[in-house]
Amino acid sequence: MGLWLLILIPILAAPFAWMGQQWSRHAPRWVVLGALAIDFILVLLLGGGHSTVQASGHGTWLVESHTSWIPRWGISLHLGLDGLSVVLILLTVFVGIVATIASWTEIQSRVGLFHCHVLLALGGVIGVFLAIDLFLFFFFWELMLIPMYLLIVIWGHAARRHASFKFFLFTQAGSLVLLVAIVALALLHQQATGQPSFDYADLMGLTLTSEMARWLMLAFLIGFLVKLPAPPFHTWLPDTYAEAPTGATIILAGILAKTGAYGLLRFTLPLFPEALSEVAPIAMGLGVVGILYAAVLACAQTDIKRLVAYSSISHMGFILLGAFAGTELALQGVMMQIVAHGLSTAGLFLLAGALEERYQSRDMGQMGGLWSVTPRLATMTLFFACASLGLPGLANFIGEFLVLFGSYATQPVMIILASLGMVMAAIYSLGMMQRTFFGRQQDTRTASDLSNVAFGTLLFIAGLQIWLGLYPKAVLTTTKPIMEQLIQHALVSANPTHVPSESLLSSHIVTLQGSTP
Amino acid sequence: MILQDFIALSPILDLGAFCLVTMLAIAFRRNHARIAVCAFMSCLFTLATLPWAATVAPRAVTTLLVVDGHALLYMGLILSATMVIIALSYRYLNSQFHEKDGVEEYYLLLLLATFGGLVLTTASHFVSFFLGFELLGLSLCSLIGYLRTRRNPLEAAVKYLLLSITASAFLLFGLALLYFESGAMTFHEVGVSVKQWQTVPALWLGGLILVLVGIALKLGLAPFHMWIPDVYQGAPTPITTYIATVSKAAVMALLLRLATEVGILELPPVVHLFSLLAVVSMVTGNVLALLQENVKRLLAYSSIAHFGYVLVALLAGGPPAAEAVTFYVIVYCAMSLGAFGVVTVYSSEGGEKDRVEDYQGLFWTRPWLAGMLALSLLSLAGIPVTAGFIGKFYAITAGVDAGLWWLVLALIGNSVVSLYYYLRLFVTLFGEVAVQEALPQQETVQRSEFVSWTAVCSLGFVASIILVLGLYPEPLIELIRESVSNLLMVVAQKP
Repeated sequence: MGLWLLILIPILAAPFAWMGQQWSRHAPRWVVLGALAIDFILVLLLGGGHSTVQASGHGTWLVESHTSWIPRWGISLHLGLDGLSVVLILLTVFVGIVATIASWTEIQSRVGLFHCHVLLALGGVIGVFLAIDLFLFFFFWELMLIPMYLLIVIWGHAARRHASFKFFLFTQAGSLVLLVAIVALALLHQQATGQPSFDYADLMGLTLTSEMARWLMLAFLIGFLVKLPAPPFHTWLPDTYAEAPTGATIILAGILAKTGAYGLLRFTLPLFPEALSEVAPIAMGLGVVGILYAAVLACAQTDIKRLVAYSSISHMGFILLGAFAGTELALQGVMMQIVAHGLSTAGLFLLAGALEERYQSRDMGQMGGLWSVTPRLATMTLFFACASLGLPGLANFIGEFLVLFGSYATQPVMIILASLGMVMAAIYSLGMMQRTFFGRQQDTRTASDLSNVAFGTLLFIAGLQIWLGLYPKAVLTTTKPIMEQLIQHALVSANPTHVPSESLLSSHIVTLQGSTP
Repeated sequence: MILQDFIALSPILDLGAFCLVTMLAIAFRRNHARIAVCAFMSCLFTLATLPWAATVAPRAVTTLLVVDGHALLYMGLILSATMVIIALSYRYLNSQFHEKDGVEEYYLLLLLATFGGLVLTTASHFVSFFLGFELLGLSLCSLIGYLRTRRNPLEAAVKYLLLSITASAFLLFGLALLYFESGAMTFHEVGVSVKQWQTVPALWLGGLILVLVGIALKLGLAPFHMWIPDVYQGAPTPITTYIATVSKAAVMALLLRLATEVGILELPPVVHLFSLLAVVSMVTGNVLALLQENVKRLLAYSSIAHFGYVLVALLAGGPPAAEAVTFYVIVYCAMSLGAFGVVTVYSSEGGEKDRVEDYQGLFWTRPWLAGMLALSLLSLAGIPVTAGFIGKFYAITAGVDAGLWWLVLALIGNSVVSLYYYLRLFVTLFGEVAVQEALPQQETVQRSEFVSWTAVCSLGFVASIILVLGLYPEPLIELIRESVSNLLMVVAQKP
């Protein structure tokens, strides 16, 4: 029941946020913050009760809720919470709060409806992170799209129509491929046992022929890579991120992209261990291409939001790289990267949105020399630019470093190339700083600095970044058991040559975690 | 024995009697409201006899009709849809038609068409098949041209008449050829003779294909779809709704029975024909829908595509296919009633509102009406929480189960294309309010208060169906399984 509350609180609060408009201007915003705060506490209660972190992985759950839904097809309302979902739901709720604060001054028309959609989208995302029945997962997976789409199409910028269409068509095409693969899995279960089932545990036990596993894994990959996104499915992202209102962009970049990563970790890897060794090099290759290609494009952007959008694709490449590396270290890095990128990108988009709100333009050519005008804005941007480029001591560094370190043994050449991505991150992040805040002032209009609320929020995120950068164990220990099980499960059917390198690397984990204070 | 036959036939007899009552009531005294209520109650009472008839089902009443779970389910669908359409028609006719010109026969024709539909669902013999087909077609033809003072409805009526005649001609000739080769006129006996042949005679196959072409013409499957957009656009909107839902559902019920009894899906040429029809319908419907600027034409093309999806499910064969087809048809009827219903209600406020621009920013002025249209569009696009998603899921499941990978891929590709035009209309609802509309504001405010309670009730009913089927489809799935199992029992008895 507690798990259902997590999903239902935002969804049920949504109509109140809409109606709240009549009571006062800010009522919808407070409804969102209230609902998310309750959710936050609830997650901590549900997940933290077992805080000795026996957060167990696949098949066993910290909290579980199971009710039959459509028995004809073996579909049930099955939710489960484990360390992975706890971390991601906490991230969701936090990013949701940041998004609300980011739109505090930006959204002035139809405030109620905006926040109604924000809550619906977040409810859908939380459902995605909890559902362990594949049909239910897909249900939530689609459910979060419509409110997101409306957020873009009603409150977006000039080219919003085009952007929102692109966003919806891409993601929907990916989802439908995913749906067919899910249905095929359930029907394979029917062939094997006589009863169709969409349940995660049942489908995990299914043995597939390698041919079937390859095709289905490919379909799952397409479904999740569109969301992540990785090339060649990424073209919707820059348009969408740039045209969406800031609040929606923060949700898109901070959480929705992470649902793709979650799908890879939770479903793609454990369901098809048979095909892992075949698909892994391709997926990792796509990751590397994504890292480099997006970084090169980011260097060439003049639009600040598009720059952050491309940097986002680049960072997502590390997630893809690490997810398929097949070592626990890399998977832990992926987890860290998910959280770290969620935080840093939320901060960066909040800042980009603030700049846009002040100058009514996203063109960095028209900015410059703002350091002295808006010192708070400038320092925070510098901080988050550094976080994004992977400055040691901040959370992004831990994520990217662990991914690179953990995957080196399997694909040394790819990792060397991927490391170049971190160099290019420095080029475009600092280039952005330079064009916006240093040099000659282009626009002499006076602009107010960041408001106290926004500044406080950014400081808080910055604090989290530093905390996780210095003490990554907070995330890593929560997800460790799941990643261990993932690897063990994959190793059962993957080729055994990975085993020595795995044991070699796990000694590094101990030293690394021991060395961090 | 005889009594049980009467019980089994009670829905058809009941509606037939009510047709007479309605006719006499019109002859006695013309009163729009009274006749509308009378027609509505006729359907309601007929609906009430269905559980009674179900107590003796499945039962063959003479060789002409079979009353079984499958027929009763489709009857329920047809009658419920007709009731919603009658409720929507009243205000539409009031606004589009002068009462002194005689609007009452409209309801009589509607009941007659529904009567034809009921006969089609139970038909198991060539004669009853043809009678039902014609009764439905001819009544519809006069209904389409009912607004006889306007140009578009008349044009549409002539087109529909030509189509109807062509379909009947194909059908009759095909049936004659089938009879010539097999010497039987009931579906069952034809099926038995097919089983006995080693190779199917070419003439028989030709006859079957002519019959199927006749059915395809009525269902509007591409390449026999030319009439659909024009008729949909020209006909009065409630009648468009009727063609999209009741008429197609009845023909689909018949096709299902024909397919099971004669076993046509075991013949490779028919499978190829249907695969071709399915793919061509999906592609034509969706691609042409992209170009439409008229809501009714857009929905018309989308209906062509939707019946392509239904064919994919049908081609899967076996019990899941019958289930998937029935579920999809029911869902499609609900979605169409929703979408066309909104057009009807909106058009009832003066002037046909069928251009896309008419819907610009409707959400901000008429949130409930726009919300209803948005819900129907999302359902048509197959987005979760709505019934359309479960329907599409069912069709995909049936297709994957039978290993029709190419057809399933075509279905998916087409769904993505279809999203584009549904979204276009969807986005229009949330666009900025057009400037001209600000001028006659006084008028619009007055009108918006005057959405009749019948419209509210009927659209509310449709919306709840769409949502309930989207969230908790299990009861309907069980019901469909029960009724389809009856249908398949007949097959099982065949050697």
